[in-house]
Amino acid sequence: MTNAVVSLQNAKKSFGANQVLKDISLTVQQGDVLAIIGPSGGGKSTLLRCMTLLETLDDGSLSYGDLEVCRRQNGRAVYGGKDVLAKAKGRFGLVFQNFNLFPHYTVLKNITDPLVSVQKMPRPEAEARAVELLAKMGLSGKEAMVPCELSGGQQQRVAIARALAMNPDVLFFDEPTSALDPELTREVLKVIRDLASEHMTMVIVTHEMSFARDVADRIIFMDGGVIVEQGPAEQLINNPQHNRTRAFLSNYTQG
Amino acid sequence: MEFGVMMGILLDGLQLTVLIFFVTLLGALPLGVVVALARMSRFKPLSLVAQFYISILRGTPLMLQLMAIMFGPYYLFGLEMGTDWKFGACAIGFILNYAAYFAEIYRSGIQSIPRGQYEAASVLGYTKAQTFMKIVLPQVIKRILPAMGNEIITLVKDTSLAFVLGIMEMFNAAKALAAREVSMVPYAIAALIYWLFCLLIEFVMNKIEKRLDYYHD
Repeated sequence: MTNAVVSLQNAKKSFGANQVLKDISLTVQQGDVLAIIGPSGGGKSTLLRCMTLLETLDDGSLSYGDLEVCRRQNGRAVYGGKDVLAKAKGRFGLVFQNFNLFPHYTVLKNITDPLVSVQKMPRPEAEARAVELLAKMGLSGKEAMVPCELSGGQQQRVAIARALAMNPDVLFFDEPTSALDPELTREVLKVIRDLASEHMTMVIVTHEMSFARDVADRIIFMDGGVIVEQGPAEQLINNPQHNRTRAFLSNYTQG
Repeated sequence: MEFGVMMGILLDGLQLTVLIFFVTLLGALPLGVVVALARMSRFKPLSLVAQFYISILRGTPLMLQLMAIMFGPYYLFGLEMGTDWKFGACAIGFILNYAAYFAEIYRSGIQSIPRGQYEAASVLGYTKAQTFMKIVLPQVIKRILPAMGNEIITLVKDTSLAFVLGIMEMFNAAKALAAREVSMVPYAIAALIYWLFCLLIEFVMNKIEKRLDYYHD
């Protein structure tokens, strides 16, 4: 348990009277590829946002490796100080549905600026890393362009490179292909597949069921703020145990 | 009076006009950021103070504000401010007034930046100050340029209000010349110079807009 890359225990989160997360626990081990599926409003995104510190938990505990980000105390989540949160942010990366690249920076600077400004890496080293990652993403030669000159799929690959450059222990994806058409979706999924084959630890919220089955080791099905079912990817997609999972999956043509 | 002499007097006035213009920008552009951030603060009292400040300064005539700052120290506290105080009062009045307008322009720009930009910066570990200075503000500047251009051009013409403090800027100089010469010509020349000044600003603003045209979002 202690050497889990991420450990979330008994997470609860409400927006007003609406409880979005109802006692969720999950751990991610080194090299795991975990997919989270489920209907909209089921709590997937909120779960991801709590784990990436964009939202705070009402109750529960969250750790990145040996770093305790928040702990349970008297039925509340108590967060660590600024330095703890800053350190935690160095351990994960997040790829957004809408890419959220910085439009006024070039592709290269989108990747190097966080390295230089946050990690205080010397600029030449940051640039070398960015160039290398862009090559890996199939984006060599795009360094000097600005995001608006790229297709959605290219922008998303820059966003993945930006997250990878920070050398995170785990990479989160929040519906990384939902803003893309099928052709562009394919090129982004290919990049994620490549990362999986390199044993990058990843947590992927997705609506691409066949992709989830192929690339993930484990799938979690979330609905109504709870984990309804989880298990090995093949098994959960091809042979779901719960009615809700079955009903949800039947909405997708299985490929 | 010779045309050359008249031009000399008007151009002397223009120097003061230009001075008021730049002093106001120098003070109000940064102060506006502070007021805008205060206005958007989640700390309610600060936000309310900023709202009140903006409301008063936008809701009363600049001419009246200038006079209040000019004569306030004497009538309220019995302070003798000396003859040069009019320049101080002028600078303070213009800066406070324009900061209120700029603050609202900044606010419109800041609030138009998508939340995703803040979230991306947060996840990458940027501090709040870094996020504002490196990610938000540069994008805000591009978005508010047209509104800013408008306001800055208004400022060119508003400098003429300094005449109420007895400052011999260009409008006051034209007024004096017109009275002495019983002629509308000084006004016409002043109008032409104001317009040329504004043309120059339009030119500069266009340049800046072009420079920031390398991206859109």
